[in-house]
Amino acid sequence: MLAGTIAAVLDILPDVDRWRADGRKVAVATVIRTVGSSPRPLGSKMAVSDAGGISGSVSGGCIEGAVIQEARSVLEDGLPKRLLYGISDEQAWSVGLTCGGEVEVLVERLDA
Amino acid sequence: MSSRFESLRRSLLAGERLVAFTRADDDALGARLLVWHDGRSEGTLRSPDLDRAATTLATGQDLPATGLLEIDGTEVFVENFEPLPQLFIVGAVHVAIHLVHFARQLGFRTVVVDARSAFATAERFPHTDELVVEWPAEYLARTRLHDNTFCVFLTHDEKLDNPALEVALEAGVRYVGALGSSRTHAKRVAALREAGLTPELIDRIHAPIGLDLGGRKPEEIALAIAAELVAVRSGSEAGDRGRSAGLASAAELVAVRSGSEAGDRGRRAGPASAAELVAVRSGRLPGGER
Repeated sequence: MLAGTIAAVLDILPDVDRWRADGRKVAVATVIRTVGSSPRPLGSKMAVSDAGGISGSVSGGCIEGAVIQEARSVLEDGLPKRLLYGISDEQAWSVGLTCGGEVEVLVERLDA
Repeated sequence: MSSRFESLRRSLLAGERLVAFTRADDDALGARLLVWHDGRSEGTLRSPDLDRAATTLATGQDLPATGLLEIDGTEVFVENFEPLPQLFIVGAVHVAIHLVHFARQLGFRTVVVDARSAFATAERFPHTDELVVEWPAEYLARTRLHDNTFCVFLTHDEKLDNPALEVALEAGVRYVGALGSSRTHAKRVAALREAGLTPELIDRIHAPIGLDLGGRKPEEIALAIAAELVAVRSGSEAGDRGRSAGLASAAELVAVRSGSEAGDRGRRAGPASAAELVAVRSGRLPGGER
């Protein structure tokens, strides 16, 4: 089923629309590669506004904090980033996830 | 760097089919090309060769799956935006109330259409995405029926069902199912032939509608229909009615024979296992070997 891809956009759309209507800058992170079992499918999206708003998700919670951090600089300079997160089994266990594997995320700023 | 977000947003909300290509390499990270299924495009991957290759991929028969792809040695992230499945339910009948419930849980956008304002009320259908009081054939004729559209006909009234069935069949939607016994369906087939539809088109109607779960209550019939929609959407054989009646019942015998085994495997959570429970309770299993 491919509808997951469009669902990922529609999920964040109400928040993104509202933020943009308020004149906020918005960055979107997209899961572009996964290795091993991963909690969110390819194409999953998380949006971050320059006012601190967060919508959607790119993992089961293990990398969101790091991605939001990176999104701040993308919001500032507008330069996209490709980020690789390895989730070792040990780390995964310690945060209560069974995922393991790797996730790659592309973060970009939406056009004004 | 241009995200093309506005165009993407507009197209997705309009139910258009498109593929987004995004450069994932350092040379032009984030460069994006949108290609619609009809060949229209917007943006660029900053290389005419890449743009050309991507356009070919996005307008062919087999669309690429969402994921990273290497095109001419360049890493490109592909997003295949298939329109959300939409379900038109013709007939605001009792079964429809339950079907809206199941279908929405399963990710379908639901529209209920009936000319009879006594049935098509917001009170009966507070849960549907859209409720339309209009002649179904007229409504379907002026509505965008994309290739991820499913239509079910439940009115029990051939004056309402048949003209609308013609519109859906001629539009080439993904699924057409009609409620009614084999006898009712035989009458329907005769009427549609009379109206000039080809046997091939008429053959696309799933009737009697739904996977054979054996249930008779409105909610059980709705679940059988919902199960068939899922089977068709996932390309499962259970949703394929190309089989002759004889083959279908043979498959059913196999399903019943291997019943305990299939019942043991907790295959899916949610509505799918609900379908299985109804099937087991009615002493039947859907569709045979899946």
